[in-house]
Amino acid sequence: MAGFDKVVSTYEEAMQGLEDGMTILAGGFGLCGIPENLIAEIQRKGTTGLTIVSNNCGVDGFGLGLLLEKKQVKKMISSYVGENALFEKQLLDGELEVELTPQGTLAEKMRAGGAGIPAFYTATGVGTPVAEGKEVRVFAGREYLLEEAITGEFAIVKGWKADRYGNVIYRHTAQNFNPLAATAGKITVVEVEEIVDVGELEPSQIHTPGIYVDRVVLGTFEKRIEKRTIKE
Amino acid sequence: MALTREQMAQRVAQELKDGFYVNLGIGIPTLVANYIPQDMAVMLQSENGLLGMGEFPTGETIDADMINAGKQTVTAVKGASIFSSAESFAMIRGGHVDLTVLGAFEVDVQGSIASWMIPNKLVKGMGGAMDLVAGADNIIVTMTHASKNGESKLLDTCSLPLTGKGCIKKVLTDLAWLEIEDGAFILKERAPGVTVEEIQSKTQGKLIVPDNVPEMQFAQAS
Repeated sequence: MAGFDKVVSTYEEAMQGLEDGMTILAGGFGLCGIPENLIAEIQRKGTTGLTIVSNNCGVDGFGLGLLLEKKQVKKMISSYVGENALFEKQLLDGELEVELTPQGTLAEKMRAGGAGIPAFYTATGVGTPVAEGKEVRVFAGREYLLEEAITGEFAIVKGWKADRYGNVIYRHTAQNFNPLAATAGKITVVEVEEIVDVGELEPSQIHTPGIYVDRVVLGTFEKRIEKRTIKE
Repeated sequence: MALTREQMAQRVAQELKDGFYVNLGIGIPTLVANYIPQDMAVMLQSENGLLGMGEFPTGETIDADMINAGKQTVTAVKGASIFSSAESFAMIRGGHVDLTVLGAFEVDVQGSIASWMIPNKLVKGMGGAMDLVAGADNIIVTMTHASKNGESKLLDTCSLPLTGKGCIKKVLTDLAWLEIEDGAFILKERAPGVTVEEIQSKTQGKLIVPDNVPEMQFAQAS
């Protein structure tokens, strides 16, 4: 009886069931808190036609940038994608579609998706190119856009510590989009730096309760720094 | 003389108040952190999920899991909190941040701002800028008054795709401090040594010039 035990022993098992054309929600901001080994596993697997929902698209040769190398991504839904030469090339060549979404709206789309809310109104983007084709409604004299929630067949998440039941905590600002993505995946896979005994994590300090998590896998991480900035 | 980037940051810092939660955009706004008065407590919000951003780390304390919205490695101050992106934008959208400072390409007399997209140039994305301008009540835009070719960036109507509509009330350029009211820029202060005529000639949108337009005052450099 596996009960609530979510731990899988290999990355292959962690991404089992991923098929061409699926939508994947990914945690991370820049290269901080990205599920780097799960991304590498998707590259190894060679799945194509993917729609990836992630704030950014990694850099050349690391993070989601890896999935561009074999043209596995059909569409990116992101707020900022500027750090990646291969991305630019595929975009200009028409091989890649991008849906630019304001960062807060992107976060809320995932949150809503995981919370069973199909859409929400926000003032963000009113009067801008983001508003094209969207319903506008006035509340208390101010205009708001109707934005639809996002869910995906998979969510890939980077946690710090998890227990076997899939309760997760994140470390510092590596939290970012991770807990939101975790709620909105049909299959949510979390890779972590440490798996602890059930009962070891303080219940009130858990960021992502195990109910959202389907698989936990233990990894080792490069944690590449995008902009190393130190005090002079 | 047009203001330097440091002087612009200093002038913005004069708008800070004790107990303010502040979000600083990339570029000149970031420099404002260097001019927070000693006798004032200000908390910096970074939209990737950090309230209480501190200085850059040392080679010893650098941590890949600790970055700001510009993706630079940072530290957290004592009393900081860290949270998800949804929580971060809830505080931004919900109007809980006291002051937002960000750059722009253009601002117009209706308070609209264009800061993220130049047609026929590669569009990298808006990041959090649209949420910040839509959510904040108190926003200061910092930018140069005119382009290098002398074209005004203070317009009757923004020519570039917008970041937000009707949301800007205060603009600091390298030449002037202006406020936007009832479809016009109001000239509040001049950079030291800059004439009203120069500002007028570089402002394409309607500009109201009060009888007395004082020069900006700066504290002695410390």
